[in-house]
Amino acid sequence: MARIALEHVDKVYANGFVAARDLSLEAADGELLVLVGPSGSGKSTVLRLMAGLEQVTGGTIRIGERDVTDLPPQKRDIAMVFQNYALYPHMTVRENLGFGLSIRKQPVALINERVRMVASSLGLDAMLDRKPAQLSGGQRQRVALGRAIVREPLAFLFDEPLSNLDAQLRVETRVELSRLHQKLGATMVYVTHDQSEALTLGDRIAVLRDGVLQQVASPMELYSRPANRFVAGFIGSPAMNFIEGTLSAETTGSESGGRFTFKGGDLVLDVRCDSPASSSVVLGVRPQHLEVVGDADGMLRAEVTLVEPMGNEQIVYVSLSGGERLVAVAPPEPPMKQGERVAIRAKRDAVHLFDAKNGVRLSCGGVQPSRD
Amino acid sequence: MTLRPQRWAFGAALALLVLFTLFPFYWAMVASFTPDAALFREPSLWPRTIILDHYRALFVERDFLTPIRNSLVVAGTTTVFCLVVGTLAAYALARLDFKGKPAIMAFILAVTMFPQISIVSPLYLLLRSLRLIDTYPGLIMPYMTFAMPLTVWILTGSIRQIPRDLEEAAHVDGASRRQSFTKILLPLAVPSIATTGILTFIYCWNEFLFALSFTLGPERQTVPVAIALFRGQYQVPWGQILAAAVVATAPVAVMVLGFQRRIVQGLTAGAVKG
Amino acid sequence: MKYEARLGWMLVAPAIGVIGLIAIFPLGWTLWESLHMHELRMPWLGNPFIGLGNYAEIAGDPRFWAALGHTAFFTVTSISLELVIGLFLALAMNRAYRGRGLVRAAILVPWAIPTVVAALLWRFMFESESGIANAILVDVGILDQPIVWFIETATAWVPVILADVWKTTPFVALLLLAGLQNIDLSLYEAAAVDGANGWWQLRHITLPLLKPAILVTLIFRTLDGFRVFDLIYVLTGGGPGTSTEPVALYTFNALLQNLRFGYGSALSVVIFAITFGLAMLYVKGLGVRLGGEER
Repeated sequence: MARIALEHVDKVYANGFVAARDLSLEAADGELLVLVGPSGSGKSTVLRLMAGLEQVTGGTIRIGERDVTDLPPQKRDIAMVFQNYALYPHMTVRENLGFGLSIRKQPVALINERVRMVASSLGLDAMLDRKPAQLSGGQRQRVALGRAIVREPLAFLFDEPLSNLDAQLRVETRVELSRLHQKLGATMVYVTHDQSEALTLGDRIAVLRDGVLQQVASPMELYSRPANRFVAGFIGSPAMNFIEGTLSAETTGSESGGRFTFKGGDLVLDVRCDSPASSSVVLGVRPQHLEVVGDADGMLRAEVTLVEPMGNEQIVYVSLSGGERLVAVAPPEPPMKQGERVAIRAKRDAVHLFDAKNGVRLSCGGVQPSRD
Repeated sequence: MTLRPQRWAFGAALALLVLFTLFPFYWAMVASFTPDAALFREPSLWPRTIILDHYRALFVERDFLTPIRNSLVVAGTTTVFCLVVGTLAAYALARLDFKGKPAIMAFILAVTMFPQISIVSPLYLLLRSLRLIDTYPGLIMPYMTFAMPLTVWILTGSIRQIPRDLEEAAHVDGASRRQSFTKILLPLAVPSIATTGILTFIYCWNEFLFALSFTLGPERQTVPVAIALFRGQYQVPWGQILAAAVVATAPVAVMVLGFQRRIVQGLTAGAVKG
Repeated sequence: MKYEARLGWMLVAPAIGVIGLIAIFPLGWTLWESLHMHELRMPWLGNPFIGLGNYAEIAGDPRFWAALGHTAFFTVTSISLELVIGLFLALAMNRAYRGRGLVRAAILVPWAIPTVVAALLWRFMFESESGIANAILVDVGILDQPIVWFIETATAWVPVILADVWKTTPFVALLLLAGLQNIDLSLYEAAAVDGANGWWQLRHITLPLLKPAILVTLIFRTLDGFRVFDLIYVLTGGGPGTSTEPVALYTFNALLQNLRFGYGSALSVVIFAITFGLAMLYVKGLGVRLGGEER
């Protein structure tokens, strides 16, 4: 096992498209690092750069201590699981699994032994002599996985391996992958566009957008201390609520920052922040941190526009009197109704403020609702 | 488009078309079994007599096996050579990235549009100076002008349809470019190569202008030329001509029947992509 | 990747080399020859450079212009018929029904045989007053009495056009079929649900979406039509007289019958220029992608 590191990597295509810009990222030895981001964010490109399927236009790539920037994929000793599995259609499962070893001219006995072991650990024994076309989607996925495992590589790369599976299979396989990681202790870099997959699988998560790294951190850190508005809105489901507003001039100053008043629509809050760059800010609060209570008691008056009962909770869509829309997550009882008049209250210290221009999260704390 | 009377009319029209398509063959076959004297007297749709004279004359007196052999050699050699060279070129055009690729594709497409007549005379003089008139190489070389672009064009289109990530997976697994070509791509490309071979062979077999211009006598003439130049002593020997036509058509018909799906795929893979 | 580029050129070189040697070099030679007088029948005249003299002669040559007219007429007529029948065939082959494979094979056979054989078959059918074509037409009542087809220009064209349509429609049908198969079935389903009948679907879904395939077909068939040689050489020999002679046959006669190499070369160049011009027109009009872009 080895670490994989990208150092100040650029990838610019011939037509000018920038897929990665000054990207520095490391997957530590034995870590499962998830690359997540919307389509076009460059995450697949980064994976392919690590594999050597694409060349960087600037920067260095290391596997272990070795500089592999100019090495072709054959020489990097990493294994990759492709989104469409890329199983060799004219070979049997056995031959697919053993391909990497037979190319490296390993002794036949060794190949057979490893193939047998991996096949049995993945439940593929009965299929060894079939061709990929005769397998189901889930089985093909396991063969793709097995092909990587058999090689005992320095690291594993996964390119959205679950996206072609149906929902239930996806969840099951996700668990298996997690177990696999624990069992092998392997360095894994995993690409997905599904943020919930990222949160459940990753030791650390790297959020990418338009080729630029937004934040690398543990799932909890990303969730509770997102570096900017994009990460805050991308991680967590349902997505964070955002309300635009302004910060008043500093009212008092102190060691831990000044006191300001946030005004956004009907919402007025006192906050204590380090000096913000501008007075235009965006307030963010997760649906899970909004309480829906009966009328009169809370901060904001609102009307319920839609309720999605999820069994263990309700997702409540409300509309404030100023027209702003918020999403809240409420316990399953009492069931809410469309048209109901309610009040919304935010849990203290669960509110974030972001600079409206550059999206950076401001360090703020001690949120107090102003008396309305 | 599935109304009852429409479907009936549609089926009838289709049947008519198929009839129209097959009738000339049928008629030729009937005529090939009919003595010359009876050919133009009161033609009837059913053969009145069956004689094998024409076929016998074809092979015994006219030595029709020679043109068949010539066609086989020329078409076969051209096809094999073009497949080998063409597959390599197609691999480069479909998989590798290098400047000038669009120019090359344009060049190849342009050459397929050459009117053969425009290069007949210089080719004639070239072949004559190389003493290759009336020889096998003297036909194989000119045949490359249309066989090579055709092969490259169709094969490039076919290889493009094979997903790239299979070779990428092979590379990550440790295969060199040559290994991924021979162990992964080539086995998967074999059906397309076979189809392209069939199409190229058919085009070479049917070629007429070059064969007419670059051969002098029955020793090296190909089947189309031999048939076109059949001369009778007093009149056109239709019986033998049609017997020759039947002989020339039968293997083609069998090939088409056997490979029709492949042929359709191959033609459309090359053509519609452009 | 520099290595990739080198490998690419290496692999492409043999194919390009062969094509270049055998196609480009002779073409250049033809161009050169066309600027000279070169009458192989009159070797004492030598091989003097006469600039555009041959081309001037072509411009004033009535037989050339007639040949051009014949070629245009042949091309336009054949293509029109082939498109219509081909479209019908393509629609037919697009459905599933028993015996579809057999139908496909059957109509492919004419395409697969040598053109000269096709020409001979049709020549035979229309030959003499007691040929089968005459017999059938008279029986069915289309003709009052048999015609000698190859004596008159107008009637001589009939077997020519028929033979070409017979032979090439399958190819046209295939190109159109490929285009048809790319049309999303759910478009037809949506239209049916909305109440559109078969004709409407044909006019407003099939034909517009088939345009690229139709244009590709037009390119190939126009170029083929312009280069026609085998068919007419065998069917009519250009006759009666030279009234069905296309440009390719005229050039052939000039070159290899009359051995006028200079003049014949100029004719070759003119044909090439016309063919190329047509191709360029189509390509510009279509914006045909010539490869290089995939993902």
